[in-house]
Amino acid sequence: MSAIPERVHLDYMVNGEPSPVSFAPYKTLLEVLREDLNLTGTKHGCELGECGACTVLLDGQPVLSCLVLALECGGRRIETIEGLARGPELHPLQAAFADFGGSQCGYCTPGVIMTAKALLDKDLNVTKEQIKEATAGNLCRCTGYLQITEAITDAARVMREEKRGEERK
Amino acid sequence: MNKKHLEVVGKPRRRVDARAKVTGALRFADDLSLPRMLHCKLLRSPHPHAMVVSIDTAKAERHPGVHLVLTKKDFPVPFGIMPVAVDEFPLTDHARHVGDPVAAVVAMDEQTADFALGLLEVKYEKLKTISDPEEALNSPEPRIHEYGEQGNIHRNQSYEFGDVDEALAKSDHVFEDLFFYQGNTHLPMEQQATLANLEGDGKLLVTSSTQNPHYLHRQLARVLQIPEARIRVIATPNGGGFGGKCDPANHEMVVAKAALVLGRPVKIGLTREEVFYQHRGRHPVLMKMRTGVTKDGKLPAMHLQTLLDGGGYGSHGPASTFYTGVLTPVTYELPRFKFEACRTFTNKPACGPKRGHGTPQPRFGQEVQLDKIAEKLRMDPAELRLGMVTKANSLTANWLNVGSTALVQCINEVVARSDWKNKFGKMKEGRGVGLACSTYMCGAGLPIYWNKLPHSGVQLLLDRSGQVTVYCGATEIGQGSDDVLATIVAEVLGIDTGLVRCVTGDTGITPVDLGSYSSRVTIMMGNAAVQAAERVRAQLADAVAEKLEVLPDHLIFSGGKVFHPANADGISFREAVEMAEGKFGTIGAVGSYSPPRPPGRYKGSGVGPSPAYSFSACVVEVEVDPNTGWIEVPKIWIAHDIGRTLNPVLARGQVIGGVYMGLSEALMEEQAFRRLPEKLSSALVHKMPSMLEYKSLTALDMPDVDVALIEDPDPNCPFGAKEVGQGPLLPVMPALANAIFDAVGVRVDEIPVTPDKVLRALELKSKGLTPRVGPDHFPSVPYPEPVYVITPEEGGDGKESKKEERKRASAAVV
Repeated sequence: MSAIPERVHLDYMVNGEPSPVSFAPYKTLLEVLREDLNLTGTKHGCELGECGACTVLLDGQPVLSCLVLALECGGRRIETIEGLARGPELHPLQAAFADFGGSQCGYCTPGVIMTAKALLDKDLNVTKEQIKEATAGNLCRCTGYLQITEAITDAARVMREEKRGEERK
Repeated sequence: MNKKHLEVVGKPRRRVDARAKVTGALRFADDLSLPRMLHCKLLRSPHPHAMVVSIDTAKAERHPGVHLVLTKKDFPVPFGIMPVAVDEFPLTDHARHVGDPVAAVVAMDEQTADFALGLLEVKYEKLKTISDPEEALNSPEPRIHEYGEQGNIHRNQSYEFGDVDEALAKSDHVFEDLFFYQGNTHLPMEQQATLANLEGDGKLLVTSSTQNPHYLHRQLARVLQIPEARIRVIATPNGGGFGGKCDPANHEMVVAKAALVLGRPVKIGLTREEVFYQHRGRHPVLMKMRTGVTKDGKLPAMHLQTLLDGGGYGSHGPASTFYTGVLTPVTYELPRFKFEACRTFTNKPACGPKRGHGTPQPRFGQEVQLDKIAEKLRMDPAELRLGMVTKANSLTANWLNVGSTALVQCINEVVARSDWKNKFGKMKEGRGVGLACSTYMCGAGLPIYWNKLPHSGVQLLLDRSGQVTVYCGATEIGQGSDDVLATIVAEVLGIDTGLVRCVTGDTGITPVDLGSYSSRVTIMMGNAAVQAAERVRAQLADAVAEKLEVLPDHLIFSGGKVFHPANADGISFREAVEMAEGKFGTIGAVGSYSPPRPPGRYKGSGVGPSPAYSFSACVVEVEVDPNTGWIEVPKIWIAHDIGRTLNPVLARGQVIGGVYMGLSEALMEEQAFRRLPEKLSSALVHKMPSMLEYKSLTALDMPDVDVALIEDPDPNCPFGAKEVGQGPLLPVMPALANAIFDAVGVRVDEIPVTPDKVLRALELKSKGLTPRVGPDHFPSVPYPEPVYVITPEEGGDGKESKKEERKRASAAVV
């Protein structure tokens, strides 16, 4: 009927690990992560690019994985919430979300944490306004956002201290 | 045996489920999959009101990969959350709104199921659409449902507590105002999902994002006609609920049936558009308030009339109808109260319970009316309210027991913290502050179906390892109920929450808890947990006392140890459990809780009573651009009478989250509908069933919120802790509307308060007309003859009165 294959095979690089995966070519990155790689930490809230719940990092940039065609992601660097913790230790963003109440139902949490990671990876000296602007595309119905902003602010502080510690070494 | 200080309660802590949430490890319903799992999709009606004449399923059934097609004929038995409104079929042959499910396809994957929906050939016979309550009142035919009061009136009721006309006639002023509160939806981040399968023992397991696994369990048994004991419901952690996952839902019934028929796991996940059709959100309510006022600022009486747009199904509507009035007299003294309410069916997705369930609408009306009263009497709105707040432990005109109240402290707190006295009426044009208060229940006093059983059960199991497992049917919907459970058990046993494992929301293994609704979990589950933990503690104390040769009552459980005050070394909690296990055998206990019997005895008095009420006060500051009507909110101050704070991180989060949701409703959220052009179909469709078009506040829009938690422990509540999940939402909307009046001198008597309405009101003002935007008439509603109840103050007995008693009572007062 057509030349479209039933499945395609690509070599993904997910959370620093080679992750070969086969999937139906119509799938979005979100679907492949959740359904074919069993990385269900990345959530869906609308599948139309409206809510930010599915945010992952693609080559370091936050993207809405529901709007990214999975076919386009071969060989690219994909980061998801599952890859954030440092072994058994939480990433400072994760620890701060837990300590400051940045996560209530937890459904928007992976997406907003990944958005925040991209922000802090670029600049640890972010202002509150920059944090709000960066996370404005991640809807949250529980927290009222303030505790998310507080958590990211504190994580940036912790990460700045870590960085200074490393520089002193 | 009591510790001097609380060790866990009141201390800021990571919630017990925080790690799972921040690592993405927490499994929501749609994160689950099973081998051989099939996928289900629902075909939804494109017509707002139509009969399904026929469905030809042959093509869909023949399509490769399709395993099953279900229609109405597979579901002869209806369901409904309330016994008086059992009016839904999982798949219907009478579509009552656009999006009403009429058929289901189960296939190898979502893609195939979705494709096969298009192969179903459905013949509809369109019926006249009823689009709003006024049309429903004027159009008894065609009936959307065959039950209800009459025509398209679902519920219609009238109550009079004391002679209201007489009190209004004697008042110095009577304020008559109309208000409208537009409907809005929960918009939980998680779309509903359900997975059904047969377990190894042959029982049906339904795993679902539901707030109320117990009610779902009962309704599944009803619809599927199999015994409850052969069904297990697991409520997965909900990705937000806010009331939207309280009703048993069509999709849950459909996949359960499919799993039974096919003997394979079947899953469904709703799309975001479908979530808007599932709805069960805030009712649009039109209100008329006639309130008597004395010249010194008291309210002798109020006559409140409400008209609710219920949408296409009953849902929680009978309760919602009551809630548009019954809590009104709890906030301020109102010696006489007449309350008439009518809920109509319309051809829109069903309305139901959303955070605050029926009470935000009349609260908005009353608080804005109080602002108008204060203006007329030239009184400060805060002073006016301070002069009329209800007294602790008093009975309201409609026989509700106020219990403990810290509303006075709440008002004083927000007045002081916001610098109200230097701001109200004193800021530059365009800037203003508004104040409002509210009340909410700490759990409904009666269950949704009539029974005398406990509302919540908790079971504890301990063993020689020192671990404590606590079982409860309550559902974690993000509000922190697991953390509340762990906190309370840990506090009673003198251990850290890290030793407590919570197993919740599983009808197969946890004791019944009615569910996560009506702000009932902290109080009801909490009281049951205290009882269970105290029983276990007594067993441990007996064993340890024997060993230490002291009296059990003298032992203290604290810091992970059990000790006598004379020797703080004591023994470890783990050893104490081991001793008890040696002495008594396996260690465990159960606890349960039923709310106190309410004082009201009249028919209908069951809606409104609660073991306790929370109170809130709020000040909103706004800046209004007179050229565009644009509203900026720089800051909100809120004080909440929480009784006792169990975990300040979570409590503050609930307050800010409530303020956020209230402000978002106040400014922009609307579940609104429009007619398609005639050439398309004229169908009544949702204006914006998407998260982009259905506007809600983002991180950029959210103002600073100053939170004051007022602690005045309530004797009916565990460690005195009242609810915090719903109350703090309620005062935000009226406080915003009142602030706009202070800023630019215009009244917007409806929610949402949008820039276009502000601008319209400003134009009226500039033309010298009444600067008000809001409803202009209240239709004639055939409310019934009121149920007359003599108030407690006037010597009533809580029962409905006969006419002669009524005359006697009013004669006595005269």
